[in-house]
Amino acid sequence: MAKEYRHIGKETPRKDAREIVTGQAQYFDDISLPGMLYGKVLRSPHAHANIKHIDTSRVEALPGVRSVLTHKDTEGWEWGIPKHIRILDSKVRYVGDAVAMVAADTLGIAEYALELIKVEYEPLPAVYDVEEAMEPGRPQLYERFVNNTFSEPLPFEPNIQRGVKMGDVGKGLAEADFVAEGTCGYEIFPNPLPPEPPGVIAAWEAPDRLTIYTPSQSIGMNRFIGLPFVHLADFRAISTQCGGSYGTKNANLTPVGYAALLSKATSRPVKIYYTKEEHFHSYSVRLGSRVHAKVGLKKDGALTAIEGQWLVNIGAASESGPYQIAVGCGELQIALQCLNWNLDTALVFTNNSPAGIVRGYGGQELESAILPVLGLAMEKAGVDPVEFFKKNVVKKGGGWFWRDGNWWTFRGVDFTRAIDKGIETFGWKDKWQGWGKPTSVIGTKRRGVGVGVHSNADIGEDVSEAQVKLSADGRVMLNVCISESGHGQRSSLCKMAAEVLNLPLENVKMSAPDTEVNPFEFGLVGSRGTYAVGSAVIAAAEDARSRLLDLAAVKLGTTPDHLDTEDGMIYIIGRPEQRVPWRRIMGLDRTIAGEGRFEPDYSLCNFLMTFVEVEVDTETGKLELINVVNATDAGQIISPMILEGQLHGALGSAGLDTAIFEETVRDARTGQMLNGNMIDYKWRTFADLPEFTNVILETPAPSHRFGAFGIGEIATSPGPSAVLMAVYNAIGQRIMSYPLTSDKILKALGTVKVNTAK
Amino acid sequence: MSGKQFDKEGSIAEDKPCISLTVNGEPYELAVGNMHGGVAPSDTLLHTLRETLGLKGTKKGCDRGGCGACTVIMNGNPVLSCMTLTVECDGKDILTIEGLEDRKTGRLHPLQQAFIDNTAFQCGFCTPGILMSAKALLDSNPKPTENDIKQALAGHYCRCISHYEVVQAVTDVVREGDKNG
Repeated sequence: MAKEYRHIGKETPRKDAREIVTGQAQYFDDISLPGMLYGKVLRSPHAHANIKHIDTSRVEALPGVRSVLTHKDTEGWEWGIPKHIRILDSKVRYVGDAVAMVAADTLGIAEYALELIKVEYEPLPAVYDVEEAMEPGRPQLYERFVNNTFSEPLPFEPNIQRGVKMGDVGKGLAEADFVAEGTCGYEIFPNPLPPEPPGVIAAWEAPDRLTIYTPSQSIGMNRFIGLPFVHLADFRAISTQCGGSYGTKNANLTPVGYAALLSKATSRPVKIYYTKEEHFHSYSVRLGSRVHAKVGLKKDGALTAIEGQWLVNIGAASESGPYQIAVGCGELQIALQCLNWNLDTALVFTNNSPAGIVRGYGGQELESAILPVLGLAMEKAGVDPVEFFKKNVVKKGGGWFWRDGNWWTFRGVDFTRAIDKGIETFGWKDKWQGWGKPTSVIGTKRRGVGVGVHSNADIGEDVSEAQVKLSADGRVMLNVCISESGHGQRSSLCKMAAEVLNLPLENVKMSAPDTEVNPFEFGLVGSRGTYAVGSAVIAAAEDARSRLLDLAAVKLGTTPDHLDTEDGMIYIIGRPEQRVPWRRIMGLDRTIAGEGRFEPDYSLCNFLMTFVEVEVDTETGKLELINVVNATDAGQIISPMILEGQLHGALGSAGLDTAIFEETVRDARTGQMLNGNMIDYKWRTFADLPEFTNVILETPAPSHRFGAFGIGEIATSPGPSAVLMAVYNAIGQRIMSYPLTSDKILKALGTVKVNTAK
Repeated sequence: MSGKQFDKEGSIAEDKPCISLTVNGEPYELAVGNMHGGVAPSDTLLHTLRETLGLKGTKKGCDRGGCGACTVIMNGNPVLSCMTLTVECDGKDILTIEGLEDRKTGRLHPLQQAFIDNTAFQCGFCTPGILMSAKALLDSNPKPTENDIKQALAGHYCRCISHYEVVQAVTDVVREGDKNG
C-alpha cells in the first residue's frame, strides 16, 4: 500500500495549466528576437546525388537576402553518433536532404530565394533495403562506412553494448524442447510527428558566444552534446514550451546547425522553423528494424536460447544509432531473461530519411521485430504468451548487460503481480483461445487478442543535478534544467521538493529551462525524470532543509534532530504550536542553498504489458482496435492523471498504431515520401478511440525516498507486436511485417492476389 | 479608410480597401494591401491573428487544414483559421482562445477549468484549438452525447493522446450544465 503524502500521489493542477488553457504558454513560434532573420533550407529532390555545381548568384542579388550558404561555407560542422552528419555536404543522401540555405528579412523572401538557386546534380543509384545496403557493390552513402555498415569503435564509450553474447547458444538450443526460426521486419519509418514542428532561433551575441532558443524535451543536452559541434563556443540553450517531442526534439543538432551557421554569417538572430511538410520529409523518423532469429523454449515456456541478427536501418544519418542498439539490447534482456544469447547487430545506412531519437529508442523496434519470432516458438510449445512473458521477465536475482557493457543485477519490484492484475482486468483467460484461434467470430468479423511487453532500465540513466534555494519568506526556487514537452515533469519535481520541505506547492517555483542558470542536466530522455532527476531534486531539497535546521538549531539553542519545518515555519518536534518563521532564523538577507546530484544506476527498470483485442473484417480487411489494457507497476505514483495520460500515449507518437495504419510510404523508384502530409499520413482521431484501461500497481521501489520511478516513455512500445499477435489469432494467418493494412490482411487471407512484381 | 463592405459574392470591391473584424469583442479596422500592419489578399486569418494582431494563442500546426490546431470560432462556428483568408472575414465576429475566459473577472470558461481539472493535455499545443471546437459544440448543442463530442473533435490532431481526458473534461462541463440548468 502506498504511503500518504501531502503532495506526492495527489492530484494537483499542472503548474503551467492556466497558461496552456488560455493560450499564454509560449511555444517556439510565439517568440521572436529583435532584428531576427528568417532562414530556409533548399531540399534535395534526389534520394542520392552528388552536387556538381550550385549557382547562388541570383539569390545574392535579391533585396532582403542577407546570406546564402552552400557546403563550401559550412565545413567542419558535423555531428551525430558516430560524428558524420554534415549540416551541408557536397552530396545528398535522401529526398529532403539539405542542399543550401538562405537567411532573409522575411520568410517570403527566404522562400522565394530558394527558387533562384540553381543546382546541378549528378544522380546516383540509391539503396533502401537494409540487407541490400550491406552487400558489396551496392551504392555507398559514406566512403567511410564500407558496405554502409558502421563498425568503428566509439572512443567516448569503448564498451558500448553491440549485441547480446552470453552462455552457450548451441547448448541452449540443444536443451530446448522447441526451436523456431524466423524473420520479422518493423521497417516502416513512422514519424512520431509532434504537432509543433521543430525549430531553432540562433543568435551569436559575440564571435564566441551562441544562444539558441528551441522547443526541447532535454534542453541541457543541446549544450553538452553540442559544445564540440559549435567549436566550444560559450553555448547557451533555452527551451520554449515544447509542443510535443516523443524523443525527436531532444537535441537534434541539424536545425541548430542551420540557424547557427546563418546567424554567424549575418551577425543577426536567425529563425529556422520547419513547415509540416519539411517535418515529414526532412526530420527524424523511427529507425527500421529487421530480425532473423532462432529461439529455443522448454515445454513450460522457459527460454533456453536466443540467436540471431538485428539489422538496424538508420536511414541516411545516425543521430544516436549505436546507443539505440545498446539500449535496445539491454531492454530485450529485461523482458526475456535467458542464459544463452548470441544476438549480433548491424547499424546500416540507406537512402531513407535519417532515423533519430524516438520514444522506444531501439527497444520498441527490436521487440516489435523479435517478439513475433518468439511467437512461432510459443505456438510450437503451445504456451500462452502471457504466461511466457510472466515466466521470462526479470525477477530478483536476474539482471542484464546495459548499454555501458556492464552487468547490472536487478533490485526492483516483482512485475508478475501487475501481469496478473492485467490478465484479470482484460479478461485474458476467457479471450485467449490458443495460437491462431479467434476469440469470437460473428459473420465476417473475427476478433483476436494479443499481448506485448517492454522494460527499460533508463529510469536511472545518466547524471542529474539540482539546486534548491530557500528564501526567508518561505518560498523556494528549484534550479534544475527541465523543459516542458508534455510530461508534466516540471510540476512533478516541484511536488517532490514541496514534499521534502513540507511547503504548499504554490511556494515552490522552478527556474526557466536555460543552461546558463541551471546546473548540469542530462534531460528527460527515456523515463528518467522521476527517479534520476527526482533523486537530484530530493537530495537538493534535503540538503537545503538540513542547512536550514542547522542554522535554526544554533538560534534556538537545540540540535537539528529536534527540529522540523512546515509551511515556512520551524518548530521543536512535539511542540508544533510554538513556531517561528524561516525569516526569524534566516534574517531577510540570506539564501539557504542545497545541492543534489544523481549518479547513474541501471539496476532498476520499469515494465509495461499491453493487452489488445482487435477485430478484423475478413471481407474488407479492415482492422479495428477494440480494447487496450496496459498493466504496470510504477512504484509510488507522483501525479495520477499525468501518468494515466502518458500511458494513453501508447496509441500515438509512432506507437501501437504503427501496427495498424501508421507508416512512411516511399516510392520505391525515387525514394520520395508519398504520404508526407496530415491527410495522407494516418493518425488516430477522437472518433476512433478504443476502450482503454490502465492497471497501475504502486509497489514502492528501492529508488528514492518516495519509492517512485518513471514509466512514460515506454507506453508506445509493447503495442505493435501485441497487435500483430492479435491479428494472427483473429484470422489464423501470420503476417510478419507492419502495419497490418487491409491489403496485407486480404492477401494473407487469400482473398486478393497481390502482384509482387517490381 | 472608406469602407468595409464586400460585394455579394464576397470579393473585395476595389474602392473599399479596408475590412473590419471583431476579435474577442474588440473591433479592428484593417487596411487591405501589402503595407505594414495591413492584410494582404493572401493572408490567412491565422496569419492575421498571430502576426498582425499578435494573438499567439491560436496555434499553427500544419498550415494546410489537416490538424485543427488553428481552430477559432467565427460567427459561432469553428473554422480552420489557416484555411480562411482574412479578406473574406469582413464583418465577422471571431473568438480566439484569448477571448475564452471572462476578461472582466478573469474567470476561466468552464471548459478551461475542466481541462485543468482533468489534466486534459500533455504538450498542450493542440489544446487551444480543441477548446474552441468544444466551445462551439456546447454553444450549439448544450447536451451532446459522448459520440457527439468525439465527432466534433475528430479533426483535431492530438499526438500525446489526451483524447480520453479531453472527452471526460467536455463531459464534465455538460453534466455541470445539466445540474445548473
